[in-house]
Amino acid sequence: MLRLIAQKLALGVMTLFAASVLIFAGTEVLPGDLASAILQNNATPETLAETRKELGLDRPAVVRYVEWLGNVAHGDFGHSLANKRDVVEELAPRVRNTLFLALYAAIIAVPLAVGLGLAAAIRQGSIFDRIVNVVTLMTISVPEYFLAYLLVKFTAIDNGWFPPLANVTDESSLVERLYLTFLPMLTLVLVIVAHMMRMTRASVLAIMASPYIEMAILKGVRKWRIVVKHAFPNALAPIISVIALNLAYLIVGVVVVEAVFVYPGLGQLMVDAVSKHDVPVVQACGLIFAAAFILLNMSADILAIMSNPRLRHPR
Amino acid sequence: MSDVVRRPALRIAWLRPRLFGHRLSVTAMIGILIVVLNIVAAVLAPWIAPFGESDIVGDAWADPDPQHWLGLDNLGRDLLSRMLFGARTSIGLSLIITCLSFSIGILAGFAAAVAGRWLDILLTRIVDLMLSMPTLIFAFIILSVLGTDIPVLIVTIALLDSTKVFRLSRAVAMNIAVLEYVEAAKVRGEGLWWIIRAEILPNAVPPLVAEFGLRFCFTFLFIAALSFLGLGVQPPNADWGSMVKDYRDMINLGYATPLYPAGAIALLTIGVNFIVDWMLAIHSKGHGESA
Repeated sequence: MLRLIAQKLALGVMTLFAASVLIFAGTEVLPGDLASAILQNNATPETLAETRKELGLDRPAVVRYVEWLGNVAHGDFGHSLANKRDVVEELAPRVRNTLFLALYAAIIAVPLAVGLGLAAAIRQGSIFDRIVNVVTLMTISVPEYFLAYLLVKFTAIDNGWFPPLANVTDESSLVERLYLTFLPMLTLVLVIVAHMMRMTRASVLAIMASPYIEMAILKGVRKWRIVVKHAFPNALAPIISVIALNLAYLIVGVVVVEAVFVYPGLGQLMVDAVSKHDVPVVQACGLIFAAAFILLNMSADILAIMSNPRLRHPR
Repeated sequence: MSDVVRRPALRIAWLRPRLFGHRLSVTAMIGILIVVLNIVAAVLAPWIAPFGESDIVGDAWADPDPQHWLGLDNLGRDLLSRMLFGARTSIGLSLIITCLSFSIGILAGFAAAVAGRWLDILLTRIVDLMLSMPTLIFAFIILSVLGTDIPVLIVTIALLDSTKVFRLSRAVAMNIAVLEYVEAAKVRGEGLWWIIRAEILPNAVPPLVAEFGLRFCFTFLFIAALSFLGLGVQPPNADWGSMVKDYRDMINLGYATPLYPAGAIALLTIGVNFIVDWMLAIHSKGHGESA
């Protein structure tokens, strides 16, 4: 088992490395380089050449990549092109805010989704199951901002229960933060609970079709006991990977939700940077998002190995 | 199933027309209705819209009146006309992207399945690499350099999306490529293109049709999300995603304006998903009556 885990770890590191190449290549090698992006309409051949030299773009891409990666490894993401500030300084509070929101949503969504998925699997075919099926299919289909604005309209504006904007500051206390970010959290929870719940239900039901479950049914074991004691432990591996996948989805969902609630997170920063062609910031944000995504996928693989009894007890 | 259970279903059978030889489910019929209405709106927008796409016809945020059913928008344009033209842009653009992504994905996927090991390994590695990052983040990185012109958007999203089509079509083609008639065609000396087009494609259609619906939803939501973030379709073109962005401030004043375009996006994706759900259900059940 250790060897399998080591393999997954190595694969994760390699993927992260590949992603960094991709991010660098995407921003630096594509036609229409940084210099013309900065100068926009003021680009003449002379100013273009000068800006390129200033940014060190006249050197080969490989050299610049190694240099960039070395700096990143030392925690130096360069300086923003838009306001010349240190990227790390700009990033740190944003990363904290985004992590806070994602964690907040995950802590509430995961138990809720697994519980609902099990409940739907136990009562397969019942009214409860069917209603949950249609409701979750609809929640998955609609864009996050539709859900978000519905929530804003009915809970924040019409009734004033929650603030419509999540404008937290560094001084906000924890309780204040939890209150301010309640609606963004709820939006994210609604979206990922629907996904996770459907997949939990599907993987439990797939296990329910196996002969040993039939045996338990014939023995006269109660339905909820079969699901919880017999089916759930074996469905755990797929469920864990479902959870990790959805948390990875959370990373992207957070970008849109942050925009709706004007929440000062990493997603907002990246969107601003993209529209301003602020390449160092885009690279840094992209790398952080990609790292989180890869980390979650890797932990899904590793947890799935660890929760599989056949791999846990080597012969 | 017993006859007793079947009988009530037969009585209302005339209410449930058939498609591809399978009786439609109620949700599938709702889905088809939604999709048809949207396509009609998109195709006929220039003729049924009361005003032009970017004509300014009155004061900003004027209330609805008999001439302007939904009122006017942030620049005094007719909201209903914007919605109809928005359908044209949003749906048209997503259709173009999905078609392009399918052409690339299917071609690469089938080629990987048929043309031998090294091409398969090469293509699979490239796709794995592209999927190592969230699609939205990857799109951000490309758009930050290339800008957000419509052709850039189309090619970027189509390429990113084709990775998923590639995976499915490769898996489907792998199963078909080992069958005897494909083997026979190879022995006959048919070329790669002929095998893909005449032997594999016709037999891979059912799973790919359902996937087309799903991919359409994905690109549709994706381009709407980009527009909503201000990185997609640029003004003055009306599209639903950027309309949500333009009208977002109204929600804080107690109006539901951004919910109209957002609701239109939601409705169409729900409709398509209802149809896809039904297709997947009959596909997994195989032939025969479907409930």
